[in-house]
Amino acid sequence: MELQDIIRPENKVYAAPELLDEVNMHYCPGCSHGVIHKLVAEVIAELGIVERTVGVSPVGCAVFAYNYIDCDWIEAAHGRAPAVATAVNRLWPENVVFTYQGDGDMSAIGTAETIHAANRGENIVMIFVNNAIYGMTGGQMAPTTLIGQKTATSPYGRRVDLNGHPLEITNLLKELDGTCYVTRQSVHTPANVRKTKAALKKAFQNAIDKKGTSVVEVVSTCNSGWKMSPEKANEWMAQNMFEKYPLGDLKV
Amino acid sequence: MAKIKGAVTVNKERCKGCNLCVVACPTDTLSLQPLEVNDRGYHFAYMSNPDACIGCCSCALVCPDACIEVYRVKVD
Repeated sequence: MELQDIIRPENKVYAAPELLDEVNMHYCPGCSHGVIHKLVAEVIAELGIVERTVGVSPVGCAVFAYNYIDCDWIEAAHGRAPAVATAVNRLWPENVVFTYQGDGDMSAIGTAETIHAANRGENIVMIFVNNAIYGMTGGQMAPTTLIGQKTATSPYGRRVDLNGHPLEITNLLKELDGTCYVTRQSVHTPANVRKTKAALKKAFQNAIDKKGTSVVEVVSTCNSGWKMSPEKANEWMAQNMFEKYPLGDLKV
Repeated sequence: MAKIKGAVTVNKERCKGCNLCVVACPTDTLSLQPLEVNDRGYHFAYMSNPDACIGCCSCALVCPDACIEVYRVKVD
């Protein structure tokens, strides 16, 4: 069978989601953000909530998420995405609101907003992309950076006596009564991508059903910040990150 | 027994040559172009061994830039 007999519209089993705009993404080659954007676009389309979905983009690499996924967006000040999402959700309760935040945004400058929004049980989805580094500003140490991990501001590795312990904010959010679903996933293998999509779908369904705050942490790579090739970064993540940030549902 | 035949198309201008699809492919169908580059200077992915493709979508799932489309047919 020739290739042109296989490559026909009726045989298509996978295509880029329609909600994903055709503009080239600014992310570095191999960045996990692209996969997560793709999954968010697929889930929003599959749940049929395109017209009433409002995303809140963070400050960080994902600041331009509004250029890539074709739904309504608001760009929040650094770390304030849950506060903005709260406002949108309360003023237009029929809308489905999600925040898309990195670890610098959600677990550093925006810790208070994150914890209080989750504690109030706002009907929002928080997508937390944890790559243990400040990617956009040049790979500085983040609260989630692992002990011993080398970054631009911890060139000899993070030290507990100097820099403290890595912050597992998802575990904190799990303890709050306002959250209904807290999970930690990754997108480094095809199987994990499928699991993350299922988790995102469940989180958005919770927001539609007004069950409370859903938190989906995606343990991700920053191959530029970690100074590795994309495939090496995935391997490093599987070897080192999952020990501190084990995958799975924390609260269902 | 019906056999599955697959094929992928790569949007070569969108591809950034990150190599993740090549690593994810279980049948070693994909490679990066060794010499050729796209307009942005990346060695884009292509089907170097098209006969091996089973249309499993692994490459497309892990592609961060959504540049892979997958096609699959059953051959009797």
